[in-house]
Amino acid sequence: MRADFAQIMRWVPEQAHVLDLGCGDGMLLDTLSRDKHITGYGLEIDPEGITACLARGVDVMEQDLDGGLDNIGDDAFDVVIMTQALQVLRRPDLMLDEMLRVARECIIAFPNFAYWRHRLYLGLNGRMPVSRALPHEWYDTPNIHLSTFKDFRRLCDQQGHRIIDQAVGNGHHQTHWSAERWPNLFGQTAIFRIQR
Amino acid sequence: MPDTMPSTSVGLVTPRTETFETPLALACGKELPGFELVYETYGELNADASNAVLVCHALSGHHHAAGYHDLEDRKPGWWDAYIGPGKSIDTRRFFVVCVNNLGGCHGSTGPQSINPATGQNWGPAFPLVTVEDWVHSQAMLADRLGIERFAAIVGGSLGGMQVLQWAITYPDRLANAAVIAATPKLSAQNIAFNEVARQAIRSDPDFHDGWYEQHGTLPKRGLKLARMIGHITYLSEHSMGTRFGRDLRTDSLNYGYDVEFEVESYLRYQGDAFSTRFDANTYLLMTKALDYFDPASLHQGDLSKALAHTRCPFLIVSFTTDWRFAPARSRELANALMRAKRPVSYANIDSPFGHDAFLLPNDRYEAVFTAFMTRAYHDMTRRAA
Repeated sequence: MRADFAQIMRWVPEQAHVLDLGCGDGMLLDTLSRDKHITGYGLEIDPEGITACLARGVDVMEQDLDGGLDNIGDDAFDVVIMTQALQVLRRPDLMLDEMLRVARECIIAFPNFAYWRHRLYLGLNGRMPVSRALPHEWYDTPNIHLSTFKDFRRLCDQQGHRIIDQAVGNGHHQTHWSAERWPNLFGQTAIFRIQR
Repeated sequence: MPDTMPSTSVGLVTPRTETFETPLALACGKELPGFELVYETYGELNADASNAVLVCHALSGHHHAAGYHDLEDRKPGWWDAYIGPGKSIDTRRFFVVCVNNLGGCHGSTGPQSINPATGQNWGPAFPLVTVEDWVHSQAMLADRLGIERFAAIVGGSLGGMQVLQWAITYPDRLANAAVIAATPKLSAQNIAFNEVARQAIRSDPDFHDGWYEQHGTLPKRGLKLARMIGHITYLSEHSMGTRFGRDLRTDSLNYGYDVEFEVESYLRYQGDAFSTRFDANTYLLMTKALDYFDPASLHQGDLSKALAHTRCPFLIVSFTTDWRFAPARSRELANALMRAKRPVSYANIDSPFGHDAFLLPNDRYEAVFTAFMTRAYHDMTRRAA
């Protein structure tokens, strides 16, 4: 299982009603429904992702996240999850508010731009980092709002949201001790658990 | 009919008729003393009768959804693209039932049938039937066929509304619902188009208040107009544009009112063909069934409440260029189900063909529909195990 998924699984309560923004092929929701008996929906815009969700019986709605969540009522869900989608949104700040409107708690995972390899790449090559977590060139990347572990903490502070837990994912491996101590440097994926 | 029967066709099919002697109480307050339903089936019903799929037809549809009646048939049934061996509704797995709805003009009891009270045809005296009435009569047919619970009920347009009604009225009698290119209720614009179509029929001097058969006439002009209007709403501006553009039938403009543009010729042809093929009284009552459909009305307009007691997973599908029942209407339905915390998936299929897209081959539509039906099949076999 993806390292960030394993962490998210630990944070989602049993039988929660969950919304997964940018749910891809529905793997996370599928696993959550089996292991944590959750209910809920994924929102996705990629046709292949949607078909994959249907095939595995994950409920999925075709919806563009940049259009907001105005079709979803306040507190309609227990938890909203967004993995690897924050950085592709036009306004991540507005989405954060929206997520904490439709649920009291949200879990967000995104690539940490300050990961040491990215810093090294930029420092040594003088070019935008390309890595396993950020496989695109600067001109064709869907990631239009890359940020760091620290940046995101600041955004939450500014918007008055409370980070109640955080973790780092390190590729497919178990989290290394160094990432626990210096997440902004050694964490490849930042994972936050936030409440309003 | 193609030269050789394709392996993905259900092949030659024969409609069957079931007669019901028990009276059917209708939503309008009247009662049908008894009735007949004409239907077709494809595939085999399994031993525990758990693999049945009910296909509901749209406004001008009928029971002939797939395959051919005759080796000479030019075209297969109306949903042949999606029903057959290896297709979205795979007849190697499912037993498919498609019924001509009550009030229809393809064999089921309707305005052209004999009214036992008068010994004459019902004509305009045939009671207005609603989507609910259809669903009740379909359930009676299901009883007759030994089907307690459908593995899925599916339909497009007005057919999709029947699916929705099934899920509301008989929540325990379907395991899955696919509502395609439909709407939870008609908009004022939708009703307006229907009303123009009705007025076209009713103002035809040959209509005789619906007693045209007694007068030995047929309101062909009215029905033709009604179909022409309807047809415009089934296509998109884009599909009309690419198919006909401003192409002329003649070499140059002839400054008169005969057919000049290709699109005029097409609409007239469609209207003419329909005016002899379809019954005007049936067309009128079918448009009324459309107008009346509004399951939320029993719940102060709250669609979520109307759907709160449904029990099956839904697939909602819309098409990007459909302006008759636009994607927003399907989204409304999907959102209401999500609010009610019912299992629902929604896909908006990119197609240039407007409302008609639900009948036409389309790779993504097929992938979505197939994925849903395949999951329905696996759930069914898992339940049986």
